[in-house]
Amino acid sequence: MDFNLSDITGYLPLVILAAVVLISLVIEMYIKSAPKILPWLTVISFLGLSYQSLLTIGKPGSFFNNMLATGGHVNIFWFLFNFGGAVVALITIDYLKKTEIYHGEYYILLQSSVLGMMLIAGAKDLIMVFVGLELMSLTFYILAGFARKRLFSNEAALKYFLLGAFATGFIVYGLALIYGSSQTLNIDKLYEHFTFESKNIVGIIGLFLFFAGFAFKIASVPFHMWVPDVYQGAPTSTTALMSTVGKAAAFSALIIVVSPAFGKEKATEILTPLVATFATLSMVYGSITAIMQTDIKRMLAYSSIVHAGYMLIGLAAGNKEGIDGVIFYLIAYSFMNLGAFGLISVLEGKEEKNLAISDYTGLGSKYPVLAGLLALFMFSLTGIPPFAAFFGKYYVFMAAIRADLLWLAIVGIAASAISLYFYLRVVVVMYFGKDESKFEVTSSNPALTGIIVSALLVILMGVLPGSIIDLIAKF
Amino acid sequence: MIPLEYYLILSAFLFVTGVTGVITRRNAIVVFMSIELMLNAANLTFVAYSSFFGDVVGQLFVFFVMAVAAAEVAIGLAIIIALFRNKETINIDEINILKW
Repeated sequence: MDFNLSDITGYLPLVILAAVVLISLVIEMYIKSAPKILPWLTVISFLGLSYQSLLTIGKPGSFFNNMLATGGHVNIFWFLFNFGGAVVALITIDYLKKTEIYHGEYYILLQSSVLGMMLIAGAKDLIMVFVGLELMSLTFYILAGFARKRLFSNEAALKYFLLGAFATGFIVYGLALIYGSSQTLNIDKLYEHFTFESKNIVGIIGLFLFFAGFAFKIASVPFHMWVPDVYQGAPTSTTALMSTVGKAAAFSALIIVVSPAFGKEKATEILTPLVATFATLSMVYGSITAIMQTDIKRMLAYSSIVHAGYMLIGLAAGNKEGIDGVIFYLIAYSFMNLGAFGLISVLEGKEEKNLAISDYTGLGSKYPVLAGLLALFMFSLTGIPPFAAFFGKYYVFMAAIRADLLWLAIVGIAASAISLYFYLRVVVVMYFGKDESKFEVTSSNPALTGIIVSALLVILMGVLPGSIIDLIAKF
Repeated sequence: MIPLEYYLILSAFLFVTGVTGVITRRNAIVVFMSIELMLNAANLTFVAYSSFFGDVVGQLFVFFVMAVAAAEVAIGLAIIIALFRNKETINIDEINILKW
């Protein structure tokens, strides 16, 4: 295949983002006021790229000898990563000042991580999946330890790094075994020779190892042990990034690589029980443990595990509806959690203060806007009808029922019922707590803008779920 | 010529050694070395299959893995040093202000 310059419109977002990363490096090196310029450069380029991704959604293409694909679901993911990245950049501006880690490098790393995610979502070759995944993960390790003078942040970074590199080891060894059984790394041809017969045991083990490594990245039980610690210890803006778009990127890799395997014979006998087990464990363990949490970031970490479980239901269903449902759910979940973590970062005091759920007592009367927004995100995370997550759950549960996995949908509904308790506890504390609110909040306009945009998107996806799922299902 | 199985058994052995090291060792640097062992097991598998199939793609992948592993070392050691400056230990049992 020859190189054609007119193809560039397809992968233009990647080129632009890579250029922005390099320009930001130069700005950060030579200009003193870089921490003031870079956030806005980041926000503008992310917004432009998300617009560009939506614009070219109907133009499928493959580039670089079929290494990279664009159009359709890829562009939906690109939109999600860039828009989510823009919201994160807005949240960070005042948060970094407040926590005294006000350095321009944060934005360079943020841009690089989004570039890595875009490579994963567009990958047509396992090399691309690996390189994108590592670009994303390595920047996340640094971002988690960005507050390098605080022990919490150091510890979170070390735990994330060691366990993340461990998971990478599983993924690479899994890829090696998959390569051995299918003789190619191209995703289109990957399952041509792949069978679920016992003679292909090496390939099946490889697929299992690959899935296990990604179960770590999406925060699913039994590979969840890092999640609460890292979410709690990392700077809140970093937690917002890795719990939302980072998880979406890891899911996009699972959708690209694992979901085609469901088309093979006997796949439902081997793969479906595996994915369904991970989903069940995540939902049950996550929702029961979340009840006992007193720290709001830790509570949302367990909630993130539960949501990974719901999304795995869509993957376990193994049909087109399931995949569309997962993508819808990922968008809904990303914006709910971005909003929730954004609000936590606004409410957070210096040195990890005001992070216990009991600190939010009386917030409803003192800061009605902030409390109202937080209540909205908590209702949405629970899955109460007018908001986005309800329809996300509806689509994945319907897909599971259609794939004869009724029991899995019932477990999901039971877990939703349990999760009502720990989400609504935050709302109850804010509005019905007896004490006056003890702390002062310095309001932050950029962060509030990001949070309100997320809230509007959550409401929009809840009001018009049909047109959005139609857009996703079209490809 | 040495049969393919020999390489695969050796690399599986290396991989299991790495996993055991990560689980049992308590020094962050040794844990990290064990992770590198896992990556090298994967590299060996790739090279073995690649030469068995006569397909160069597997060997290309190894280059990517090595480059990424080098970046990972740089970041990992930096994180370990940042922690050591604040805490004066790299024993992962003592790094426990966040519950594991």
